[in-house]
Amino acid sequence: MKLTLRVWRQKGPQDKGSMVEYPIDDISPDASFLEMLDVLNERLIAEGDEPVAFDHDCREGICGMCSLVINGTPHGPERNTTTCQLHMRKFKDGEVIDVEPWRAAAFPVVKDLVVDRGAFDRIITSGGYISAPTGTAPEAHSTPVPKPDADRAFEAAECIGCGACVAACPNGSAALFLGAKVTHLGLMPQGQPERWDRVVSMLDTHDAEGFGGCTNTGECTVACPKGISLDVIGRLNGDFIKASAGGKKK
Amino acid sequence: MRAVAIAKPAIYRSTVGKKAVMAVSGGVLVLFLIGHMVGNLKIFYGAEDFDHYAHWLRTMGEPAVPYRTLLTLLEVGLVVAVVAHMWSATSLALRARRARPVKYASRKKSHAQGYATHTMRYGGVIIALFIVWHLLDMTFLVVNPAGREATPYERVVQGFAPENWYVTLFYVVAVIMVGLHLAHGTWSAFNSLGLRTPRNNRTLRGVAFALAGVVTLGFLAVPFAVTFGLVS
Repeated sequence: MKLTLRVWRQKGPQDKGSMVEYPIDDISPDASFLEMLDVLNERLIAEGDEPVAFDHDCREGICGMCSLVINGTPHGPERNTTTCQLHMRKFKDGEVIDVEPWRAAAFPVVKDLVVDRGAFDRIITSGGYISAPTGTAPEAHSTPVPKPDADRAFEAAECIGCGACVAACPNGSAALFLGAKVTHLGLMPQGQPERWDRVVSMLDTHDAEGFGGCTNTGECTVACPKGISLDVIGRLNGDFIKASAGGKKK
Repeated sequence: MRAVAIAKPAIYRSTVGKKAVMAVSGGVLVLFLIGHMVGNLKIFYGAEDFDHYAHWLRTMGEPAVPYRTLLTLLEVGLVVAVVAHMWSATSLALRARRARPVKYASRKKSHAQGYATHTMRYGGVIIALFIVWHLLDMTFLVVNPAGREATPYERVVQGFAPENWYVTLFYVVAVIMVGLHLAHGTWSAFNSLGLRTPRNNRTLRGVAFALAGVVTLGFLAVPFAVTFGLVS
C-alpha cells in the first residue's frame, strides 16, 4: 500500500509543533497501524532523522498505552478497537492519513504523539480503590454479589484507561473514565465503604486537573475501544448528587 | 490582608453540579413552555377567549392576593431559571474551551447521536436573543406594531401579519431551535441527574422527541395561522 501520512511532530513540551508529511510505500495491508509506524521509523532512523515517538506496550489491545487520533477519530475508524489492533486494510491505497496526539489541557504533549496521562493516575489515587484486608483469597461465596451487578461492574472494569474518551469529547471531559471507575467499584459490596467519598474526591480531582464537563454528547462511548456505555456517566452523576446534595459524604 | 474564601458547595462548583443546575432549571423552563403553548393556542377560540385568558393571567389568585401577584412570582421564578441555565451553560462552555487549548488539525468528526446535540450552544444563543426581542415585542410592547392601546389578540395578529414576515421568520427559527434544544435537552437532563438507566433510555428518548415535536408544532401553529389568514 502507498500512503501519505501527516504526523504531528513536536520536539518537547515547550515546542510549538506542526503536522509533517511523510510519503510511505510498500505497506502490507496486514500490518497493524503501529507496525506501519515502525516501518516509517526504521526509514527515518536510516536516513538519520529523529523517529516519531508514540506510546505502545502490549500491542494486544489490553494495556491502554496506545493512543493516536487517526483522521480525527481516537483509535481510528474501526469501532471497539485500539490503535494497535487496527490494521492497514481498513484504509484505502493512496489515502492521506492524519495522525495526532490526544488533545487535552490535562494531557500535555511530551513529544510527538506521546502525551502525559498522569492526570488519570491522580484521579485513581484520589479514590479509585477499595480498602480491604489483603491475604489469602477469600471464599467466593462469603460475599454474595447479584449477577446483574457483577456483570455491569465487569463491563465498567473493562476500561483500560487509554483516554480516548477525553480525546473524543468536544468538551475534553473524562466523565466516561470517571464513570467507569465509580461504577466498577460502586456496584460491588467491597466498594461500598468508600462509595460516597470516592465519587466526590475523584470528581474534585477530575475538575482540578482541567478536564471539561460532560454534556452528554455521547462521543466518548463511540470512541471507547472497550465500548464502555454512557450508563456509567448517569451512575456517576446520580452518585455524586446523592453524595453531595444528599449529605452522604462524611 | 488575606482574602477570605467563601466555599461554594460542591454541587455548584463541580462540572456534574453545573449540569444538575442546568437540568433542573431546564425542567422549569419546559413546564413554562408547555403552559405558554397552551395559552397561545387559545387564539383559535377567538379574540374574546384569548384576551380573557391574557387578563386572567394577571388576576390569578385574586381576591386572595392583589392584582398580578402570582404572575409576578412566576416571572421572578422564570428569570432565576433562565439565569441559572445560562450561567451553567456559559461556565461549562468556557471550561470546555480551556480543556482543549490545541485543536485537532484533522476535520472534526462526530460519530454519536444526532444533529440536535450540536445545536445546543449556538441554538441556546439564538433562543436567548429571541427572548430579548420577544419580551420587547409582547411584554414591554416597545417594538410591537399594534402597540400599547391594542388588545393582546390584535398585537398577535398585527405582529405576524404577512408584511412583518421577518418577525415571523425570526420566530420560526427560534421555535425550531427550541425544538432541537428539547430533543437533546430533555433526555440529557435525566442523564445529568442520574435518572437515566438502560431500562428507561428508549422511553426517555421517545418522550424527548415527542415533547420537542409537540412544542415545535404548538408554537408554530399561531404565526402560520396568522400569516396565512386563518386567524385575523
